[in-house]
Amino acid sequence: MAVQEAELAVPAHVHEEHSKHKKLVIIAWSGDLDKVWPQMILATTGAAMGMQTTIFFTFWGLFSLVKDGVHITGENWMQKMVAMMDRPGMEHLKLGKMNFAGAGPKMMRHLAKEHKVASPGELLEMAQDLGVRLVPCQMTMDLLGLTREDMIEGLGEPVGATAMLLEAQDAITLFI
Amino acid sequence: MSAQITRTLDLKGLSCPLPIVKTAQAIRELRSGELIEALATDPGSVADFEAWCTTTGNELVERGEADEAFRFVIRKK
Repeated sequence: MAVQEAELAVPAHVHEEHSKHKKLVIIAWSGDLDKVWPQMILATTGAAMGMQTTIFFTFWGLFSLVKDGVHITGENWMQKMVAMMDRPGMEHLKLGKMNFAGAGPKMMRHLAKEHKVASPGELLEMAQDLGVRLVPCQMTMDLLGLTREDMIEGLGEPVGATAMLLEAQDAITLFI
Repeated sequence: MSAQITRTLDLKGLSCPLPIVKTAQAIRELRSGELIEALATDPGSVADFEAWCTTTGNELVERGEADEAFRFVIRKK
């Protein structure tokens, strides 16, 4: 079949400058379903585009890395209370708006399946397959009482803000 | 005469970012110079495949429509 002269989808300057940013750093702060989703979509896409991609998980973002079977995390009652009020794990994320006691996320996941949009969990697996580095924040792990045993396999060593900012120096950086 | 297509990906019905992510995963199995054919129905894939080829250096050798889908033929870098 002949090649169609479709409208040029990529602006001309991109052709010259595309090599500038070969790195993508996503600071995954939120644990809301409607924010974790774009974290995963952008990470897989970045990796697919050949960008060296790192996700730095901090605060609520860390809880999406908790294994599915782990309900309660933390050492003391305050840390445990956090997990009790908000069940950790990629399959139990709440919506930032219109949560309706869990009905919202259910509807959203149903719609996504209908439209063949991959779930955040599926995208996370693809991200790992494409070599995205998943790095937990050491300080918030300690603060929230999360241990490596609570979390999924294949994560990088936990690091601090300095290591993350160093990685971000020559990268496109997104805070989600 | 067109070169042999090594692999065909049926990405019909899949939404962003799956057409690109699955193409990126599949092209790893090909050798340099081999062709991969991708069929997608996501309207965004037209711009996405073009952008993806620009950044990755893989060559978009054909773009058209077939079987009520967008058809892309890409030569691996």
